[in-house]
Amino acid sequence: MSESRAHILGAIKDALEHARLPESARPHGDASPAERLGAHRANLIPARGRLGMKARIDLFIREAERVNATVARVSGLAGVPREVARYLTRNNLPPTLKIAPAVAEPTIPWTSHTLLTVERGRAAGADAVGVSRAFAGVAETGTLVMLSGPENPTTLNFLPPTHVVVIAASDIAGDYEEVWARVRDAGAGGDRTFMPRAVNWITGPSRTADIEQSLLLGAHGPQRLHIVIVDE
Amino acid sequence: MSDKPAATPLRVGLFVTCLVDLTRPCVGFAAVKLLEDAGCIVAIPAAQTCCGQPAYNSGDSRNARTVARTVIEAFEGFDYVVAPSGSCAGMVKVHYPKLFADDPPMAKRARALAARTYELVSFLVDVAKSDVVAPAYAGTVTYHDSCSGLRELGVKAQPRALLNKIKGLTLIDGRESEVCCGFGGLFCVKYPEISSRMVDAKVDDILATGADTLLAGDMGCLLNMAGRLSRRGSGVRVRHVVEVLAGMTAEPPIGAAADDR
Amino acid sequence: MRPTAANFEDNARRALADAKLRDALSKLSEGFPAKRRDAAARLPEFEALRDQARDIKNHVLANLDVYLETFEARVTALGGRVHWCRTAAEARDAVLGICRKAGARTVTKSKSMIGEEIAINEHLEANGVAPIETDLGEYIIQLRQEPPSHIIAPAIHLTKEQIADTFRDKHKQLAPDRSLEEPRTLLEEARGELRDKFIAADVGLTGANMLIAETGSTVLVTNEGNADLTYSLPKVHVVIASLEKVVPTLEDATTILRVLARSATGQDMSVYTAFCTGPRRPGDLDGPDEFHVVLLDNGRTRMLGGEFHEMLRCIRCGACLNHCPIYKAVGGHAYGWVYSGPMGAVLIPNLIGLEEAGHLPNASTLCGKCEEVCPMRIPLPRMLRAWRELQFERRQASTTSRAGLAVWAFLARRPWLYRLAMGLGVAVLGRLGRGRGRLRRLPFGGAWTDSRDFPAPPGRTFQALWRRQRPGGGR
Repeated sequence: MSESRAHILGAIKDALEHARLPESARPHGDASPAERLGAHRANLIPARGRLGMKARIDLFIREAERVNATVARVSGLAGVPREVARYLTRNNLPPTLKIAPAVAEPTIPWTSHTLLTVERGRAAGADAVGVSRAFAGVAETGTLVMLSGPENPTTLNFLPPTHVVVIAASDIAGDYEEVWARVRDAGAGGDRTFMPRAVNWITGPSRTADIEQSLLLGAHGPQRLHIVIVDE
Repeated sequence: MSDKPAATPLRVGLFVTCLVDLTRPCVGFAAVKLLEDAGCIVAIPAAQTCCGQPAYNSGDSRNARTVARTVIEAFEGFDYVVAPSGSCAGMVKVHYPKLFADDPPMAKRARALAARTYELVSFLVDVAKSDVVAPAYAGTVTYHDSCSGLRELGVKAQPRALLNKIKGLTLIDGRESEVCCGFGGLFCVKYPEISSRMVDAKVDDILATGADTLLAGDMGCLLNMAGRLSRRGSGVRVRHVVEVLAGMTAEPPIGAAADDR
Repeated sequence: MRPTAANFEDNARRALADAKLRDALSKLSEGFPAKRRDAAARLPEFEALRDQARDIKNHVLANLDVYLETFEARVTALGGRVHWCRTAAEARDAVLGICRKAGARTVTKSKSMIGEEIAINEHLEANGVAPIETDLGEYIIQLRQEPPSHIIAPAIHLTKEQIADTFRDKHKQLAPDRSLEEPRTLLEEARGELRDKFIAADVGLTGANMLIAETGSTVLVTNEGNADLTYSLPKVHVVIASLEKVVPTLEDATTILRVLARSATGQDMSVYTAFCTGPRRPGDLDGPDEFHVVLLDNGRTRMLGGEFHEMLRCIRCGACLNHCPIYKAVGGHAYGWVYSGPMGAVLIPNLIGLEEAGHLPNASTLCGKCEEVCPMRIPLPRMLRAWRELQFERRQASTTSRAGLAVWAFLARRPWLYRLAMGLGVAVLGRLGRGRGRLRRLPFGGAWTDSRDFPAPPGRTFQALWRRQRPGGGR
């Protein structure tokens, strides 16, 4: 197999050496790969998300609702259990939660709300409602950015049919590039890389249009996505 | 009346195109009228035949180049070269330079010709800045955007701008005016069933507009669409856009008999 | 999948006669183009982003070896493994090898065109490993044992009734009289069927929309969330991807993501975009223990630097299919292999040979709509023409067309002879059509007049009339 590796890389070098490329295929004014990788410069960032804090949050909410997420706002982490209970009741959902360690006690005082049954850990097949914490939001498209880790199991984002995501208002960024800069700084991956095992961008509940192109929410991922924005 | 007569009259070579030459000469006469009304001096080199597109699109670059040389030679020396066809003008303007990429002297001549070549209606609007059109046309017109004219040469607003100046003429765009009619040169005889499906969709779109007249800037498209409209028993009148722009509609529409009006 | 591209004409005829297919394709051509248009209109920077996406890929291809080596180094540093495969056979063996080592009985799969290209499902099945398609469209066609008919919406050719029939037929353990009228019930049923399989799977096999050299990450885009269940639940995550999928940085991947969904379905962003980097980390509560990337050449290095180099910029969005009038007429299966539409017509001859796929680049009017909507600005018509040139050079074009073109060219470069010949021709046709304005049957013109009248030429050429009117009025 290392023979294949040598063969493929050799074929690439060969092809590039003898390349006859039209104008439309030639790279322009080119940095070397090392430079490009080292600089990891942002390309064009749309103006849409480049707003002040308040406008950014408004945009985030608008865009999230456009893709069929629901959004609520609470004034502090202490208000989350009440909001979640209210949401579950309104949607006729069982008051049983599987929660990520990132949103467990004492961060969020679940025990203050006695009607909710709360268990922490990764998702199992029978879990109906999962609660996790977003690393960031992206106002540009109403997207949540989730990082995997001991505090945030990835399976909670996908297995339970209802997904509740807690996000601090101050973590809502305008665009993706802002979030990548934060991911690099946060170094959540450990010493060999800043990247955790999984970074998930989530834009609304799961959907499909595979049957006669009729839009259906709730394919394999969650059917409901409820975002709780916490103002601190 | 045109509001800005040219300082010196533009010397224009008219590239008639083989389809106009063979199947609808009145388009050639309408083209001459429009150009002369715009203040141009028009000549029609006898040595012209075909732009070479049939060979080029069939992968026969050698024969395409042979024919292209004839065209390049025939049209040297004019200020502008104009064709009542988006695909022929596109062939010269966009593809001739590519055809001679490996022949620098010819490539230079091809580029020189390409720079001076235009589809006729866009030439009138964009270069000659003429708005001299027929005084009237009684009818509802829908305009089909031929693919080459639209995508290679950007011909879209110009025919509509001129048509809108004609009294009595109502313009209505089909929802699919930019969708290919299915002619595609040799495509319509190589893959006739697919071509039929495409022209049927195009005819449905035309009929849905309720227009009584179909115009376009390319004879291939027009023959194709007129042929299908006629087979489906439709009375929609089909003409090349320059016929209406020049007010020369004495000739029966394309595919109609003399007494079909 | 065994190619049937050589039977394109029969395939197309059958497709044209299929009323259900026609309805499905109508919906497709009404839906996606309008949505793309709306999405592009909502983003003022869309055109500029297309340019940047093209530039990113051009840069990558010009440095492909370096970026692939960088990608491999990052994956390996995190405990993952890269398997380089020259051919489909090597890739099949690599995947099977990983499955065997893991003792896999079932493998969940998210949609992968490379998986189709190497026919991985048959290979796994033949060797005692059960592949389970999880993308709803792929799941449906797997049940029906059909190939995909669209690169992002594989079951687009089916009506809901056809899908309901398939479910009744295959989900034998469910009540036969259950209602399957609504798409919602079909979806619920598929979801129920697959849920346990997600959890039980030993290996998760995914494709990748992109590979990121900077971090050794793979990018996976879905709307359903099936890919996310596929790579996060089993112990082993295997990614299969072709060489040209690599991009330099997270920022570059982001730029391409901004044009991908908008071009494909008109969404600003697909629901799930996953960046997977290596196996699970110490302390993670879930995730795979092993991470493998199977890198496939299978003809890409042959395309690099040559006539079809720019085809390697393709991000498999499907916009060209959605806007192509030929695809709209005949659907994806007519193309006879895993890809279809304009990108298929350019790519398939590169992968299975021009002899087999010869019809595909010819079944096009070169209308240019595909290039107009391609987010990566790939000059598809130019490459379709390039295939035709190669065919002509290799004498693969029919003898009649070669002879016909030779005669036409002979005349066309001798203007006086041309005018003589054409003059005679139109005079004859003019007499035939005289008075009626149109011909219902053309001599030698069978194909045209099967469905169209031929407008009768008036009998004199323009040149002849012009010279009579204005002697000396030309040169």
